[in-house]
Amino acid sequence: MKRMGGRLALAAAAGAAAELAGLGLIGSAAWLIARAAEQPPLAALSVAIVGVRAFATSKGVFRYGERLAGHDVALRAQATTRERLYRALIPAGPRDQGGADLLSRMVDDTDAVQDLLVRGLLPALAALVTGVAAVTVGFFLLPAAALVLLAGLLAAGIVLPAGVTAVTRRRAARLAPARAELAARVADLLHGAADLAAYGAGDRALAASAEADARLAALERGQARVNAAAACLGVLAQGLTVVGVVLVAQAADAGSVATAVLALTSLVSFEPVLPMAAAAERMAGVSAALRRLREVRAAPPAVAEPGRPAAVPAGPLTVEVEDLVVRHAPGRSPALNGVGLTLTPGRRVAIVGPSGAGKSTLLSALMRLVEPESGTLRLRGEDGPAVDLRELPSDEARRVMTGLTQDPYVFQAPLRDNLRLAGPEAGEEELAEAVRRARLDGWVERVGWDAALGEDGRTVSGGQLQRLALARALLNDPPVLLLDEPAEALDEETADALMADLLDATRGRTTLLVTHRLRGLEEVDEIVVLENGSVVQRGAHDELVGVPGYYRDLWRAEAMVSRR
Amino acid sequence: MHKDLLRLARSERAVRRHLALCLAAAVLAGLLVLVQAELLAGVLSGRFAAAALLPLALVVGARGVLGLVQGVAAGHTTTAVKSVLRHRLLSRLRELGPARLASHRSGELVTLAGRGLDALDPYLNGYLPSVAVAAVVPVAVLVRLVTADLASAVIVLVTLPLIPIFGALVGMHTKAVTERQWRALSRLGGHFLDVVRGLPTLRAFGRARYQAEVIGRVADEHRAATMRTLRVAFLSSLVLELAASLSLALVAVPIGLRLLGGTLDLPAALLVLLLAPEAYLPLRTMGNRFHAAMEGVAAADQAFAVLDGESGDDARGAAHGGHGTDGRAGASGPDGTGTAPRARRGAPEIRLENVTVRYPGRPEAALEDVSLVIGPGERVALVGESGAGKSTLLHLLLGFVTPESGRVLVDGAEPTADDAWRRRLAFVPQRPHLFAASVADNIRLGSPAATIEEVWAAARAAHADGFTAELPEGYDTVLGERGANLSAGQRQRVALARAFCRPGADVLLLDEPTARLDGRSEAAIVAATRDLSAGRTAVIVAHRPAMIDLADRVIRIADGRVVSDSASMIEESR
Repeated sequence: MKRMGGRLALAAAAGAAAELAGLGLIGSAAWLIARAAEQPPLAALSVAIVGVRAFATSKGVFRYGERLAGHDVALRAQATTRERLYRALIPAGPRDQGGADLLSRMVDDTDAVQDLLVRGLLPALAALVTGVAAVTVGFFLLPAAALVLLAGLLAAGIVLPAGVTAVTRRRAARLAPARAELAARVADLLHGAADLAAYGAGDRALAASAEADARLAALERGQARVNAAAACLGVLAQGLTVVGVVLVAQAADAGSVATAVLALTSLVSFEPVLPMAAAAERMAGVSAALRRLREVRAAPPAVAEPGRPAAVPAGPLTVEVEDLVVRHAPGRSPALNGVGLTLTPGRRVAIVGPSGAGKSTLLSALMRLVEPESGTLRLRGEDGPAVDLRELPSDEARRVMTGLTQDPYVFQAPLRDNLRLAGPEAGEEELAEAVRRARLDGWVERVGWDAALGEDGRTVSGGQLQRLALARALLNDPPVLLLDEPAEALDEETADALMADLLDATRGRTTLLVTHRLRGLEEVDEIVVLENGSVVQRGAHDELVGVPGYYRDLWRAEAMVSRR
Repeated sequence: MHKDLLRLARSERAVRRHLALCLAAAVLAGLLVLVQAELLAGVLSGRFAAAALLPLALVVGARGVLGLVQGVAAGHTTTAVKSVLRHRLLSRLRELGPARLASHRSGELVTLAGRGLDALDPYLNGYLPSVAVAAVVPVAVLVRLVTADLASAVIVLVTLPLIPIFGALVGMHTKAVTERQWRALSRLGGHFLDVVRGLPTLRAFGRARYQAEVIGRVADEHRAATMRTLRVAFLSSLVLELAASLSLALVAVPIGLRLLGGTLDLPAALLVLLLAPEAYLPLRTMGNRFHAAMEGVAAADQAFAVLDGESGDDARGAAHGGHGTDGRAGASGPDGTGTAPRARRGAPEIRLENVTVRYPGRPEAALEDVSLVIGPGERVALVGESGAGKSTLLHLLLGFVTPESGRVLVDGAEPTADDAWRRRLAFVPQRPHLFAASVADNIRLGSPAATIEEVWAAARAAHADGFTAELPEGYDTVLGERGANLSAGQRQRVALARAFCRPGADVLLLDEPTARLDGRSEAAIVAATRDLSAGRTAVIVAHRPAMIDLADRVIRIADGRVVSDSASMIEESR
């Protein structure tokens, strides 16, 4: 951070030097010409001649240095901001629910830091230095004229940008929702193209987007008027200040040399000051982005890390859940309401229930992604006391209990790296084994280990994605394997095949399987039925189908639709 | 100027007028700077009395007003161009039809038609006026300099072309390098977003903290690559700056010496000093705005590529692939589709004769030589593995794709190109889209005139009334990305309610309505579908046995061909 300050000072100095050189160039040239007209000896002009040439040469060089140093420091600042944002995002938090759109906007916001420095802070510093220099020079030549210049510069450099900021801030509050509405209409038109075409509603949707567009355009025209008015006032401030300076100088009989120098330095000193009004408009957006980033960073993590972390017990682990209550937000009805469960080594337990019953919340609590309201989550080793999960660092909890989570992600990376992230130490043999057990080997053979996946690479079908996620889970091989809806988003045949493979691959592993499909559950040791956050039934498949209740209903419904 | 944008500006009256006004104001304001310099030099040299300060103030005022006019006109120009382009883009994408739209990256298109067009702003309101000024003002300055002091005019005349020449030379030299660098930059820039999106996965495998270091490393690489690019890119502005300031020195020092020698008078010398920078300034401004403008050009290129492109594919499958090329700009009024027939004409017979469908850029046919007759009121299940051509067959009936050969007949006639045929359809896609509108408006998508009672009835029939009642604002709850989230099963039921809300439709097309549902939701949807298909010709793409059971007839498709077609298959499998 300290080195960054040095670089920033360097960039600011170069920028100020470039502006000062410009000021010096016009001032010395004006002096040279006005003085030469008085026919002095040549020697009297030599300093001015050297000055003109030196300022002319150095201006461009300083400008080049400023732009390089400024961009370098801005990129460093952006990198720091991104890293800080990322580190703030590492602990699980409430913003995890935000969509992809929200995330990309957050990433865009980190560009604001760059804007702030390159387009805001550095030009403002250069403008300040130039203004001070011009007023100082003026003060030595004619104090009264310097006061006129000072007033003009303050009007153009402080009052005008402040006014633009005030107006823009009010408008920004209306612009942002108008932009969001247009984006939503456009997204509806494109993502909903099939629905619209089939129902002949395309014209209506197009008209709605045209209306949103017109509303946004009206607001943008308003902003353009504000900017144009600011530009107009800036030109007036510059021109009238020069007129005022000349008027004052002539009234004070300052002489033609001083008047010329005063007039021309005044004129040029506005050059870095005038863009401040436009910069103020941009800074309104920048400060909103920075505020959003601060809010993200300030958001408390979802779970508290222990002050004095305990160690994971040794030996095969038993997971004990007792009377667990989890609420996603205060005031909402609990997502889990008094759930109990014991998972002993080598056993497989399935959690079933309708969507919204709290199945995934239970896994999130085990992975320390949400903080329980009450109840206990314990890990018991071979001997010694059980350790409360809250006493473990959340990273350790996830080292013990992890696996196939909801919405697995494919990174823009080769297939090999996409798998290896779950086992960085794994050798080729282990990778191949994981892929084979997830029945992904055929696909891997076809596309190759180095196939680029992710946004710009090969598209991965839903089935391949789930199998990749399963291969990751198997490669990671945690002491307690969690599998969250492994057959989610798959068609019937693929889902059946995957479930069969999965039940095969997890035999003898301590496994917690969340699913809404019952096929194959004859094989697991215990089935826990969750409904509305509570355990309504538990037992083996054969017991549960024998008694009236949710499980039998679900089984019959599935049997009816599957004709088994 | 960008040739397509120019064409667009010419064809739109509002754009043409505002753009002309904006450019005229910019040029006029540029020329007034000459008058300002003239007056100021006159006053400073004592040639004009102090009273000349009043016209000087008036000139300043006029420049201010012209700046205001320029800015307001520029605002009108940019918003009008963006609106027109956006509308054409969205209309064009609609013409392409859902099937061909699917081959585009819809995320990119959403960005392009939304925020992407904002890149045009700096091009239209910054770069274009600066080009107009650069074309006029330096010439005017030169003309005035020739009459004031020929020697200085010659110096300016000789050095002025250096700016574009050096600019072009540096540009040419660095173009390839910078382009390569920018590509690398966008790749590195994308890395951060990728990692942030995948954070839950990284967290699950304890790799989140490790990636923080990777992010730092990649950001460092990103910065190094950017700086390499900028070192070269900024050379051009260094050259511009140097050429301008050195030229001023080249002008100022000789006139100072000539003043000393008495071969030049002060008014002319001051005028030269004030005017000379004004010859270079427009070119420098243009150069500085060039880079930002190029992003606008890239956005325009992208937009016009979508607008003009793929006409080749069009020629092959224009017929009723989209909405016809009517180009009804801003079609706002009732378009006829809103009023679906209230009464059914009676379920039609659908006949496919030797239909082959091929997607552009794919050698194998999606459907090959398919002939079928679906009787009036028949319920047909289409089965087969994913990719076999089931959805293509539905899209064919919907008119989203057109056959390469063969034809589709409805009651013996080819469906007309307008929406008349689609008005008879009710369609439930595999992944229905929920629009950023209320639940009620989502349900009445196909019949906007439906009363709220009809919406309720449709929701009840589709088993969508229960969860809707639990939403915070019931049927007025806004859905969509920014609205309330519904589960997959709930979305399906809203889509089914859409179908129920079109009582006039006599053909039902369903694409795997129960994929991804649990047994209970599925049973509800199967029951709703059974009711919905009564008295209608129904084609249902199905995987799950319950849906297949609903059908009178099962058609199995593999590799684009009908491999079995029988009502008896159900019996066999029982």
